Amino acid sequence: MAKELKLMKGNEAIARAMIASGTDGYFGYPITPQSEVMETLMAEKPWETTGMVVLQAESELASINMVYGGAATGKKVATSSSSPGISLMQEGLTYLAGAEIPCVVMNAMRGGPGLGTIQPAQSDYFQSVKGGGHGDYQLYTIAPSSVQEMYDFVFDAWDIAFKYRNPVLILTDGAIGQCMEKCYTRDYVPRWTEEERRAKAPWATWGKPANRQHNIITSLELDSARQEVFNEKLQKKYREMEEHEVRFEALNCDDAEYIFVAYGTSARIAMKSMELARAKGLKVGLLRLITLFPFPKKEIARLAKQAKGMLCVEMSAGQMIEDVKLAAECKIPIEHYGRFGGIIPTPEEVLEAMEQKIIK
Amino acid sequence: MTEELIIAGFGGQGVLSMGKILAYSGVMEDKEVCWMPSYGPEQRGGTANVTVIVSDERICSPIISKYDTAIVLNQQSLDKFENSVKPGGMLIYDPNGITHEPTRKDINIYKIAATEKAQEMGISKVFNMVVLGGFLKLKPIVGSEFIHKGLEKSLPERHHNLIPQNEQAIELGKGLIEPVHVL
Repeated sequence: MAKELKLMKGNEAIARAMIASGTDGYFGYPITPQSEVMETLMAEKPWETTGMVVLQAESELASINMVYGGAATGKKVATSSSSPGISLMQEGLTYLAGAEIPCVVMNAMRGGPGLGTIQPAQSDYFQSVKGGGHGDYQLYTIAPSSVQEMYDFVFDAWDIAFKYRNPVLILTDGAIGQCMEKCYTRDYVPRWTEEERRAKAPWATWGKPANRQHNIITSLELDSARQEVFNEKLQKKYREMEEHEVRFEALNCDDAEYIFVAYGTSARIAMKSMELARAKGLKVGLLRLITLFPFPKKEIARLAKQAKGMLCVEMSAGQMIEDVKLAAECKIPIEHYGRFGGIIPTPEEVLEAMEQKIIK
Repeated sequence: MTEELIIAGFGGQGVLSMGKILAYSGVMEDKEVCWMPSYGPEQRGGTANVTVIVSDERICSPIISKYDTAIVLNQQSLDKFENSVKPGGMLIYDPNGITHEPTRKDINIYKIAATEKAQEMGISKVFNMVVLGGFLKLKPIVGSEFIHKGLEKSLPERHHNLIPQNEQAIELGKGLIEPVHVL
């Protein structure tokens, strides 16, 4: 599997990257707009080549708990779904975070609430970075905005998941999942051998050698004092992620007076709006957020000292804007522009919103 | 160079695959491409459309509302996308089944009687390639050697024997397209 240039859908890229990154297992349940993930895996039959297991579970609850079980043994186990399915997985996700189990979950967001629509949306931001499930936990949340990033971020996700013993959420939407773009595939990273797995996941339940105690995977702790110590440990891990794992892309921000802040599909649209603005002589830049947790607080705070205003572009009623305002400490005007329910804003209307709400 | 294109017609006319072949050809010529289908609760016999962007630069939005070119293959698509062509842009339509002709005066309008010709020659399966040929005659955004490579990449190997037929259809389309209203 040498490096190759292909044209593929975002969902297909996720599936191919799972195989190429040496993923051991995928457990999923189909839902539009990401069913191509499992379709691609089933068509590729990785169990015949790399030995990766692909299984259609009976529900999203089953999928996430199969992930829990598989990943507890230190194997690289993943799942994917779309908004309503991800809601069903929230209990599993908080257990995974509470038991410190590395895994990769992809959410191709669609319009909500409820069953909503099947078109692209970004209204699961709160659910992704503010909990979703109960308890003080965070998912490392990374938002691709191209097919190439869908592919590459699966590899990055495994590195982060095992480095921090934490679930990773790849947060995308139907537009990136469904569009086809160029994608450079990578060489196959072989699945870990038994020895490698034991070395990389010494905490996992892969059998008990005589020289150590049992490895116990649980999120239950009845002693409050110990649970507080555990929570402090989790928080320390999250602060380390905030220190070392923040990712963003600043475009034309050096001289920008006005800045779009967006991620995923919205960032692609805002990029076009920025081009249109620059053509009109307006000094507009784009801060594209790549990690949503850890949130690029420092960069926003830095830009808030330089810019006259920011427009948050999000396919939601305004969720990410809360974190942008906190990071900027409301030092400059920060407004939201969004469409929801599966409607994707046009670059022209996004620019118009910038002109009306921020530039004036 | 950036070409923002929409191809729209009935499901089954080969709209999506025509876009895919064009996109793959662009990849072969080392251009940036994006192929975005309309996906949704579609029905058999309903409309299908795909946006294709081919560019020398990084592509911004995969979702656009104004197009350099609209290729429309039925009345519904003509009605829906005539007004989405940028002023000075191009509209290509197949007159088959068209009862209301396009009316805009600020765009270039061409027609290609691909349905009729393909039926007459018994090559209905490559109807979409006839249309693609017409478009490439007017806007050769991808070289013909790369179209060949694009066909090789996008067609499964068992259908590679059909590539010459597809290429002949493209050539046929180049001769078939005719101006209706040119600025």
